[in-house]
Amino acid sequence: MKRKSLFALSAVVLTAAALGSVLWTGSDNLHNGSAQAATPADQAALVKRGEYLARAGDCIACHTVRGGQQFAGGLPMATPFGTLYTPNITPDDQYGIGKWSSDDFYRAMHTGRSKDGSLLYPAFPFASYTKVTREDSDAIYAYLRSVPPASVPSRPHELRFPFNNRNLLIGWRTLFFREGVYKDDPTKSVEWNRGAYLVEGLGHCSMCHTSINMMGGPVNSAAFAGGLIPLQNWYAPSLTSNKEAGLGDWDITDIANLLKNGVSQRGAVFGPMAEVVHNSLQYLSDEDVRAMATYLKTIPQKKEAPETMQYETSEKFGGELFELGKKVYGDKCATCHSANGLGKPPAYPPLANNQSIQMPSAVNPIRMVLNGGYPPSTGANPKPYGMPPFAQALTNQEVAAVVTYIRQSWGNKGSAISPQQVTDLRSAPLD
Amino acid sequence: MSSRRIFRPLLALLLIGGAGVATSAQAQTQPKAPDTMEQRVQGCTACHGSHGQGTDNDYFPRLAGKPAEYLFNQLQNFREGRRKYPPMNYLVTYLSDEYLHEIADYFSKQRPPYPAPAKPTVSPETLARGKEIVLNGDASKNIPACAACHGKSLTGMEPAIPGLVGLHQDYISAQLGAWRSGTRRAKAPDCMHEIATRLTDDDVNAVAAWLSTQPAPKNPVPAPARSMKTPLACGSEPQ
Repeated sequence: MKRKSLFALSAVVLTAAALGSVLWTGSDNLHNGSAQAATPADQAALVKRGEYLARAGDCIACHTVRGGQQFAGGLPMATPFGTLYTPNITPDDQYGIGKWSSDDFYRAMHTGRSKDGSLLYPAFPFASYTKVTREDSDAIYAYLRSVPPASVPSRPHELRFPFNNRNLLIGWRTLFFREGVYKDDPTKSVEWNRGAYLVEGLGHCSMCHTSINMMGGPVNSAAFAGGLIPLQNWYAPSLTSNKEAGLGDWDITDIANLLKNGVSQRGAVFGPMAEVVHNSLQYLSDEDVRAMATYLKTIPQKKEAPETMQYETSEKFGGELFELGKKVYGDKCATCHSANGLGKPPAYPPLANNQSIQMPSAVNPIRMVLNGGYPPSTGANPKPYGMPPFAQALTNQEVAAVVTYIRQSWGNKGSAISPQQVTDLRSAPLD
Repeated sequence: MSSRRIFRPLLALLLIGGAGVATSAQAQTQPKAPDTMEQRVQGCTACHGSHGQGTDNDYFPRLAGKPAEYLFNQLQNFREGRRKYPPMNYLVTYLSDEYLHEIADYFSKQRPPYPAPAKPTVSPETLARGKEIVLNGDASKNIPACAACHGKSLTGMEPAIPGLVGLHQDYISAQLGAWRSGTRRAKAPDCMHEIATRLTDDDVNAVAAWLSTQPAPKNPVPAPARSMKTPLACGSEPQ
């Protein structure tokens, strides 16, 4: 599989190289707007709107390092092809986008090309941002012009040959990029369309949650497309499959609470989704969050979850793990999550009938047990309850056992998991 | 299980990237979690002890009774990356200043008993050297006494200088080493970095060894704010 996909990849690379160097040719059809409002009051309103939209786009998450100046970039994004570093997008003339016009900015958002015309790596989610309207792009531009400039050079990417050749992105773009602003579906409500615009556009939810099928074939193409998504070793559930986080049987209110507050009666966010709520979703208006929830709930249900990714365990070994897990659960988990698995929501999420626990991939429950976690402080949930890490307290066998137990109790129908998978995930990056 | 088999799933993981949502139905009749800080800090107490007293693990230090502002500074340092310990960085990343203050306050008010001091494992000469540096410093190397800031009874000073008793030898030497190398930092001016770079390995070892053998005083509370004139400016301690 590995060899096959690399072969496919090299074919794309060769094709791209054969096409030769393609740089921006200077065509000027985008140069038709300015992001300067008529009056100072209008300008202030524009900047404010831009700030809101920049929140919706979660620009800050990738363009800021821990403890660093906002939007100054420098965040490493590990990929199998090397490490990308996010650029400085403050209005610094030398190192940021100080010399960019609103046209340049819109071109990056809409077509995935930099000011000099070079192709941007799709770690920048232009395949989603292309759906953003010119008006919204201009507002974000105006906001980014208003933040303090950072005189920090963007760090060069460290990609291995041949991935350091941006022209190979032509292949990627041919396969996966469709340029175009979001178009309302006239058969759906205004609210639904607003939700779709936010989810598919600025929200760029598909960067993590896209089901494999959309890539036109499960794993071969994933080796290419997926390689440009950071390696975080968290599993973003399919939003379309009821076996995973499929939202078909969720109340709109629970979805909206989860997105805006980080917790709900049905579960809490953790890992990378905690980041999204923290930096982005909690700042959105109730109306926008509800619109997103309305749209998400209508994503068509698909029967098949993505291919499972578990080591197999024998039935006998699985049974032994279950018995050990029952004991571990009683000792370590039951005081919060209750012996009946129903938890004490929203503080302590229920584990019974919890898709995130029993879905084919056991990555998330294993990592929760190993690393614990706090949902973000949000307006409605400023002092979240947290789960302790157990990496230091439990052996791999015990972690496998307790995860097996919660995957198979109270009506949950997950498979037993192997201690080997726990071993693998102990080294998953936390920062 | 072949490596190919697991690799394939990993590819899928790459594609689907990363987020998680714990979900479930029902719940209306379940009891609510008590609305207390004690419940909320369970993410901390699994490692730091139920009252922040620390545990047998050398690297899970005592939190109880340290000045609240010191604890807050450390939580913030972890959040902002000035201190690096991935499990801690990860836990506090998305918590607000206000909440971190409450967590810090909670542990600063805990008064669990101190552990019995460690039995010395180093030579009497090393212990004597450690005691000398802690109580008197080493003027020849421009090293101030630890006690000059952390107090004669080594219980720290309000609002942000921590006590030094009740900590394990390995923890103390790891912190001094981290300050020296710059992997543990504080707001500038980073006084502990300056001091640690003047210490040799032997000095670090001696200081850590002697401190870990010291019993807690009868009244192990931090000295009042501004009760000592500290010899260095520290960004984390208002002057």
